Amino acid sequence: MKRHGLLAYALFYLAFLYVPGLLLPLFSFNDSQFIAFPLSGFTTRWYAGLAADGAMQQALANSLKVATATALLSTLLGLTAARAVTRYRLRAKGAILGFIALPLFIPDIVLGIALLLLLAALALPLSLAGVVLGHMLVCIPLSMTVLIARFEGFDRNLEEASADLGENGWMTFWRVTFPLMLPGILSSLLLTFITSFDEFLVAYFLSGGSATLPVYIWGQLRFPERLPMVLALGAIILTVSVGLVALAEVLRNSGVKADKRRVGA
Amino acid sequence: MSFLSVGHVSKSFGGPPVVEDVSLDVARGEFFALLGPSGCGKTTLLRMIAGFETPDSGVIAIDGEDMTAVPPNLRPTNMVFQSYAIFPHLNVFDNIAYGLRTRRLPKPELTRRVEAMLATVRLEGMEARAADQLSGGQRQRVALARALVRQPKILLLDEPLGALDKRLREQMQVELRLLQKKIGITFLLVTHDQEEAMSLSDRIAVMSGGKVLQVASPRELYERPNCREVADFIGEINFFPATVKTVNAEDVTVNGGVLGVVTLPRANAPQAVAAGDGVLLAIRPEHVRFAASGETGVAGEIVAATYLGERSHLHVKLPSRRAPVAVSATAPQEGSGVQLVFPPQRLMALPSAD
Repeated sequence: MKRHGLLAYALFYLAFLYVPGLLLPLFSFNDSQFIAFPLSGFTTRWYAGLAADGAMQQALANSLKVATATALLSTLLGLTAARAVTRYRLRAKGAILGFIALPLFIPDIVLGIALLLLLAALALPLSLAGVVLGHMLVCIPLSMTVLIARFEGFDRNLEEASADLGENGWMTFWRVTFPLMLPGILSSLLLTFITSFDEFLVAYFLSGGSATLPVYIWGQLRFPERLPMVLALGAIILTVSVGLVALAEVLRNSGVKADKRRVGA
Repeated sequence: MSFLSVGHVSKSFGGPPVVEDVSLDVARGEFFALLGPSGCGKTTLLRMIAGFETPDSGVIAIDGEDMTAVPPNLRPTNMVFQSYAIFPHLNVFDNIAYGLRTRRLPKPELTRRVEAMLATVRLEGMEARAADQLSGGQRQRVALARALVRQPKILLLDEPLGALDKRLREQMQVELRLLQKKIGITFLLVTHDQEEAMSLSDRIAVMSGGKVLQVASPRELYERPNCREVADFIGEINFFPATVKTVNAEDVTVNGGVLGVVTLPRANAPQAVAAGDGVLLAIRPEHVRFAASGETGVAGEIVAATYLGERSHLHVKLPSRRAPVAVSATAPQEGSGVQLVFPPQRLMALPSAD
């Protein structure tokens, strides 16, 4: 009896999590402006409309640029920082890690306003570059979390063995550290890319004239007749995001499993 | 001129010294072991010789060249790590060839050298094997081959057999010794296993608390330990506190408590011993024997006996002494009451621990 109760609870929980998400693709194929049941027929015209929407495509291009730059820069800085905290005896390591992770816990709206004030104080124009910097604040700690775990999983003797066998620090990085960190690096790139791509508040405050996709979507919500198109766009983003996150997880786990095999051998 | 020279080297990691004023001289072609319990500083010393740690003070020289400030990639040493540190993303061939890249060899020469090394460590035909498909013994051989293919002046081995099971370990010990004899490279082995150090090495440095207690051949360490710690660490031994009565050029007479007054050869006592000094009398279990009929010995009682085939290991309780005496006997003794004899020429007097 108790088990049935738990099962029902679990099912309800899953439905609560995922049904709203599934409504998005469902209504994106519905042949009506109004988001309501009953469904009135199948159409792909909202998707066709997206393909013809130049402003939307500009926003998408902006978002891809920002997310790519954020992912590359955050992962590069995250990699060097993660290597430093795992490989060197640092004084006040805990405090350093805490400070780096802090932006994760600051509400995005505070972060957005703070950065806006900073740019204004420095008399810098609002631009996508500002959005990238804002996103990096949040993405570097994310990247470090992924990469520190990865660094801790690999035997530091491997890097010493490389030095022992005649390679300098730079070649050791390319011949040993980088190939072994690759699953972690890819996982970090995907995670930071998605985080930046989906981010709204910081982008809203800092993007100025060139909107990113979430900011553009927010703008579109004022026009009821464009809502189904936004749903279509949302459905696409949802699918790609889930795909990328799943890929990042697979990469991360494949790395972990390979490590376990090695330890067991 | 020694081949590897460690002079007054000290190292601490912020706390008390891990290695304290250690000096060692290792000859070319020697199989030398650093032996000691974990935490005695032997691995730190090895890592300083490899270049992974920098000494706080002191000098390390190899073949006449000062190496103290030279980074590991430029030192003529190669190391077999305790974890083996086989590159998991490379196969056996690429692992062994790893250290040859900086030598800029033509491809056929590189292949020839790797193949020759594979044959030396008996891994022929395993070139393409992935690192995670190797057994413990094979990983150990790959680590060995990877280090030796660079023809180092000194091969450093950090507990290289610790991860193997007993049988394989004994087999690898024999192979390691034969390999060293064949290629003639100086081997420096770090181990906490005294049997391993004894069976492999020409000479052993026994370390404790960051210091070298004694450097000697295995035989000398066993038969002439210079202090209680060395005697205790190398094999089993019995100690009896004693007081020196008289010293002359030929012999030393001591009051040995339960052993009574004993006179032992002068050579069995420390140089600096003088009348009135407290010393420790030490004797190996196999040197204690049972009294022959008509001979008087120290009466005791067998409290535990372990049959080991050729010999039996006994614990004999003596009155007025808490710790039982370890005795290694060939003939089993009937009954539990025995008379023990401690031959004076087998008794060693060691400085008593202060």
